[in-house]
Amino acid sequence: MKCKNRVLNSKCAGEEKRVGTRTVFVGHRPVSETDAYVEQKFCDNRIVSSKYTVWNFLPKNLFEQFRRIANFYFLIIFLVQVIVDTPTSPVTSGLPLFFVIIVTAIKQGYEDWLRHRADKEVNKSSVFIVENAKQVKKHSEKIKVGDIVEVKADETFPCDLIFLASSNDDGICYVTTASLDGESNFKTHYAVRDTTGLQTDDDIDSLTATIECEQPQPDLYKFVGRINIYRSNQEPVARSLGPENLLLKGSTLKNTKKIYGVAVYTGMETKMALNYQGKSQKRSAVEKSINAFLVVYLCILVSKATVCTTLKYIWQSNPFNDEPWYNQKTIKERDTFKILRMFTDFLSFMVLFNFIIPVSMYVTVEMQKFLGSFFIAWDKEMYDEEIKEGALVNTSDLNEELGQVEYVFTDKTGTLTENSMKFIECCIDGHKYKDGISEVDGFSHTDGPLRYYGKAEKCREELFLRALCLCHTVQIKGGDNVDGLRVNQECWTYISSSPDEIALVKGAKKYGFTFLGHEADYMKVQNQKNEIEKYQLLHVLNFDPVRRRMSVIVKTSTGKFLLFCKGADSSIFPRVQQDEIQQTKVHVERNAMDGYRTLCVAFKELTQEDYKKINDQLSEAKMALQDREEKMARIFDDIEADMHLIGATAVEDRLQEHAAETIEALQTAGMKVWVLTGDKMETAKSTCYASRLFQTNTELLELTTKTMGDSDRKEERLHELLLEYHKKLLQDFPKNSGKLKRSWTVSQEYGLIIDGSTLSLILNPSQDSSSSNYKSIFLQICLKCTSVLCCRMAPLQKAQIVRMVKNTKGNPITLSIGDGANDVSMILEAHVGIGIKGKEGRQAARNSDYAVPKFKHLRKLLLAHGHLYYVRIAHLVQYFFYKNLCFILPQFLYQFFCGFSQQPLYDAAYLTMYNICFTSLPILAYSLLEQHINIETLTSDPRLYMKISDNAMLQWKPFLYWTFLGSFEGLVFFFGVYFLFQNSSLEHNGKVFGNWTFGTIVFTVLVFTVTLKLALDTRFWTWMNHFVIWGSLAFYVFFSFFWGGIIWPFLKQQRMYFVFAHMVTSVSTWLAIVLLIFISLSPEILLVVFKNAKRKNHQKLPSFDA
Amino acid sequence: MGPCPVVGQWQGSGLSLGLHGALPGGGAMAGIGALPGNKPDNTAFTQQRLPAWQPLLSAGTALPLFFCAGLACLALGLGLHFSSATIRELELDYTGAPGSGHNCSRCANASRAGAAGCTCSLRFELPERFPGPVCLYYQLANYYQNHRRYSVSRDDRQLSGVASGLSNPARECSPFRTDPRGIPIAPCGAIANSLFNDTFALYHLANGTFYPVPLDNRGISWWTDSNIKFSNPELINGSLEAAFRGTAKPPNWPHAAYTLDMGNLNNTGFINEDFIVWMRTAALPTFRKLYRRVREGNFSSGLPQGTYRLDITYNYPVLSFQGTKKVIFSTVSWMGGKNPFLGIVYLIFGSACILTGFVMLAVHIKFQKQNQMDVE
Repeated sequence: MKCKNRVLNSKCAGEEKRVGTRTVFVGHRPVSETDAYVEQKFCDNRIVSSKYTVWNFLPKNLFEQFRRIANFYFLIIFLVQVIVDTPTSPVTSGLPLFFVIIVTAIKQGYEDWLRHRADKEVNKSSVFIVENAKQVKKHSEKIKVGDIVEVKADETFPCDLIFLASSNDDGICYVTTASLDGESNFKTHYAVRDTTGLQTDDDIDSLTATIECEQPQPDLYKFVGRINIYRSNQEPVARSLGPENLLLKGSTLKNTKKIYGVAVYTGMETKMALNYQGKSQKRSAVEKSINAFLVVYLCILVSKATVCTTLKYIWQSNPFNDEPWYNQKTIKERDTFKILRMFTDFLSFMVLFNFIIPVSMYVTVEMQKFLGSFFIAWDKEMYDEEIKEGALVNTSDLNEELGQVEYVFTDKTGTLTENSMKFIECCIDGHKYKDGISEVDGFSHTDGPLRYYGKAEKCREELFLRALCLCHTVQIKGGDNVDGLRVNQECWTYISSSPDEIALVKGAKKYGFTFLGHEADYMKVQNQKNEIEKYQLLHVLNFDPVRRRMSVIVKTSTGKFLLFCKGADSSIFPRVQQDEIQQTKVHVERNAMDGYRTLCVAFKELTQEDYKKINDQLSEAKMALQDREEKMARIFDDIEADMHLIGATAVEDRLQEHAAETIEALQTAGMKVWVLTGDKMETAKSTCYASRLFQTNTELLELTTKTMGDSDRKEERLHELLLEYHKKLLQDFPKNSGKLKRSWTVSQEYGLIIDGSTLSLILNPSQDSSSSNYKSIFLQICLKCTSVLCCRMAPLQKAQIVRMVKNTKGNPITLSIGDGANDVSMILEAHVGIGIKGKEGRQAARNSDYAVPKFKHLRKLLLAHGHLYYVRIAHLVQYFFYKNLCFILPQFLYQFFCGFSQQPLYDAAYLTMYNICFTSLPILAYSLLEQHINIETLTSDPRLYMKISDNAMLQWKPFLYWTFLGSFEGLVFFFGVYFLFQNSSLEHNGKVFGNWTFGTIVFTVLVFTVTLKLALDTRFWTWMNHFVIWGSLAFYVFFSFFWGGIIWPFLKQQRMYFVFAHMVTSVSTWLAIVLLIFISLSPEILLVVFKNAKRKNHQKLPSFDA
Repeated sequence: MGPCPVVGQWQGSGLSLGLHGALPGGGAMAGIGALPGNKPDNTAFTQQRLPAWQPLLSAGTALPLFFCAGLACLALGLGLHFSSATIRELELDYTGAPGSGHNCSRCANASRAGAAGCTCSLRFELPERFPGPVCLYYQLANYYQNHRRYSVSRDDRQLSGVASGLSNPARECSPFRTDPRGIPIAPCGAIANSLFNDTFALYHLANGTFYPVPLDNRGISWWTDSNIKFSNPELINGSLEAAFRGTAKPPNWPHAAYTLDMGNLNNTGFINEDFIVWMRTAALPTFRKLYRRVREGNFSSGLPQGTYRLDITYNYPVLSFQGTKKVIFSTVSWMGGKNPFLGIVYLIFGSACILTGFVMLAVHIKFQKQNQMDVE
């Protein structure tokens, strides 16, 4: 986007680098008369999410479809059939391909039409723009950058706006971003102080200002800009703009009558549009197996064609075979070069046998996945009454992967735990305060439910509680009075993005200090004596995951400047007086052991000069357009130093119901569960014990800052520890081979704990080359531990861990589950990403492949759904290859008896319909409905999950078994009928049958056999299975009569005319068909019977026939 | 705290939103799943609890099945075997390969030279009576009627009597589509051109003289073929010859199609049954086709035991492609011609079933005993 403006460029030259910023003229008004207003080019506010237009739909869609390798292959086959004179008409392969392409195109076209419609709805929605002090109604798509837009309550912002003024005098508006990131709490946005007064159309029209801001960026939570306000004959006033001034398209205005804003990013440049991106394609292991099998079948295909071509020319070397008198070649055939003829012969054979790789398999697999995933969404056991939502399936490509998971990476907060915080206790200056009339002694306090164990000085106590009341970003939502001043306290609700803060504010309330909300710049607190104290809120140093703390700077009514800071102990302790730490530390550690989340609170008094300096620094940094983040971080770091520790808080986060049982079940099912959390080690560890991730007999190996020490010898120490643990584990697992992999239950269990800093030391070692193999040793240790706890993880480190495990030998299937924005990276990284529809917004659910309401639902999702989907799709794939092998093998064998002339054995209609109509529905029904073991058993016995681990049903062994079965049946079909045809007079009156009857008999046996084979495999016969299995067979018979019963005007040859009807009049044929079906199925029946007998007698778990 | 300098990037790239996030329904990007507040239906289908039959092929159910199937197969096999055994069949090879000293060798040489109309006779004995109706087949070997180039070389439209088919035969017929002058051939194509044109006449020796055995050429093709699929072009002034005007005979034919059976308008031209039988291409390179049936006059009950003479008009050359020609006399039963294959396989399969049944029974009993012992 070229948004350079020469006028301003020259004006502010040298002040800052201007690359990557844009300048917006509010209301398109030039800033001064001398400078000509230069119209700038920005994109319009039209949203285009659709992929196609009416004109480019066909070419673009076709191009995209044929980019898929399978479609392309079939297209090539089709083209060969069209160009070269081949045995089967192009229709036989063209029709299925056409069908597939059309269906896909219709589906995509429909989806695109929906998008078009949605686009139109957005683009044509009306908005009000202030032009020349008048409101003009316009379509949303007409908004240009610089327009002043008026938005009323409960309306959605039509583009990204800089907030100028609202109907509230204080220049505040409330916004919900539920549709952007799912966070339904109200967020406060602020207008720049200088424009808050412009509350009418006339006022706002008088504003002359420019906005400089960065070019559009996708990050929703970052915005850097500056507004220059020009007043007549005055130097322009510059104010910084941050994310709190930016109203994002897609969010909704709440509790505010109306606002004015100026459009800065429009259309496809809005943050919402920039965030719209396709998710990276995840491919399942089954798909990889399919491709491997496909290669095998492709080889079979090519070798069959090669064998036939070679034999053809050997056979034809006898001139009387090549061209007997009754079968002369055309002149054209004689004149063609031999090489060319051989090539076309090869292609013809390829075409003849190409049915061995079925188009329909892809369609069926897609349909199975798409339809099958509905069962997850429909499952009422995964429906949560509390949030009134069930499971969500974002991609149906990975259903079967749910049955293959080996590693589960789970977040702790909100995933294993409820993420509903409860204030438990606090400690002030080392004295423990715990409310709890219900607790020991019953010694209660009349002033409040305060119970103390020894008491701190009163002033410290109050300071601590004031800190809790002031150091947060909680807001109050109550009734319709936004100020929430004189409303009945009962209907207040605290809203905040962090549940911890709410718990703390509520905790403070219990001790008599109540936060009453904001009033302009002031925060109001009701103290224990029911007096209202007012503090001017000067600065909020927001929380970020790197600092892991947040601070506020307030000014008391007495004019004192105070800084309150709260944060994780690790980030607070180094910044306070060292002598204060000890007494608090004991409490913090004990609380952490109990599984509570702890925060430390510190404060610092600032002098007037200090504050002035800080204020200047902050303002300067806030004005910066470049590297603002880093600058801010540096200043924050300076400010939050030399503080005094007041105390610590403990907040409980309860375990989710059945979390422990679920983890246990997952471990029994052979999965390794790793907990990745940003939380502190002690807290995380106790959660792990509570959730039975670690058992009492688990030996813990620790790789943490604690065991490493702080010294410079860190790396050496790490090296020692790694080697020590490695040795220990190796001794315990003496020739650890694949066999032992999942049978650790017998041997000593190990658990590993590692924290973020140690991990980064391992993953990013210093230049010292000797440490480069840390990673592999570490990995070996990890893989041998039953459970691993990684604490103090940054989001990206979570993803790093997942990637590391994902890429180990054997490429185990990984699953990540989490609920917060900090889990998104690992959800995206893992093979299967699961989002919890939790309290920390919807980002995780949005980016996941599947979303469930609770952690406990993972059990059914994996053990029942995953297992079933895997068995279903694996069977589907094997069956498809099998049925096409025994379909094509007789065709191949027939070449030996027709002079390798590419004579098709079956009629074209049969070739075409075999996969589309005769044998498609039974397998589809099977792959949707089959429950070889019923769902209750699967959920209650997790060990069953191990039966299908390591892609068991799609390994080479079962594949060979199916291939063998297919070949055996193909041989039986062909040679059975071949011997029957040694005397082709099979009718009682001595009339003879020809080649098409031969093919039809083979085909009839084939259709019946493969369908009955599926019937034998079906363990769960619903009425639908009955309907499609018997229906398909009936349809085949019906179709054959119909197809043979009419002389089709469009056919050149009436090959099938009454062939089927004649066939069924022959008793011998009937007997032969029945016999051949029985012979083909007998090995399968025998196998099933013997397996069942074995199982029944050993009372073993059901086994899976290959 | 580990350094995580890339957090910013992560935040940026981790998000992916629908463009219409603000719209109810969210456009087409919505995943599969219940909308908030939409409780899933509690039906048997959606909860995968449809009532279902869950059969388990256990030894208990399979054993009787095996025995029953085995017995049934044995019974059928015996029936088939005896039926096949009662069918009488006599094959006479009349290829007359050089050096075989055969009566027809002369004719074979002549046909190789291109001469037609050579006749030879075969004398043979029927060792026993052939109960009627007796079918007379000819059998060709090493003859690839199922060769693709050959089997597509026909025009079913022409053969159904459509006028345009006559004047403009299908492309597939070439090189027998038109004669060198460009006149369309009727019937066109290699199959028609190579029509089997040996003829046979059968005589029975009784009281020292050979009496001709009447051979019935009616009803040797499929009824639907001769009555619907094949049909002569519309007669012009009652004359088939006129209807065929403007077409040429196939090059190998001595006469035009309308002269195939001069006397009988219902058996000439495209609806000549010998022609129709020939046009149904055989499945394998060795094939037999029905030529005549003996079911008239004195022989309606069959061919009595005794001496016969077969007069052959030897026209059809087969030596050039190392083929053989045979004449086969065969009686038929409910199962068609003689075919020992079915009976034997049924017998084998039946015994195999019973055998496995016994094996399974033994295994079953053994396991059961073990189980009992385990229980005790």
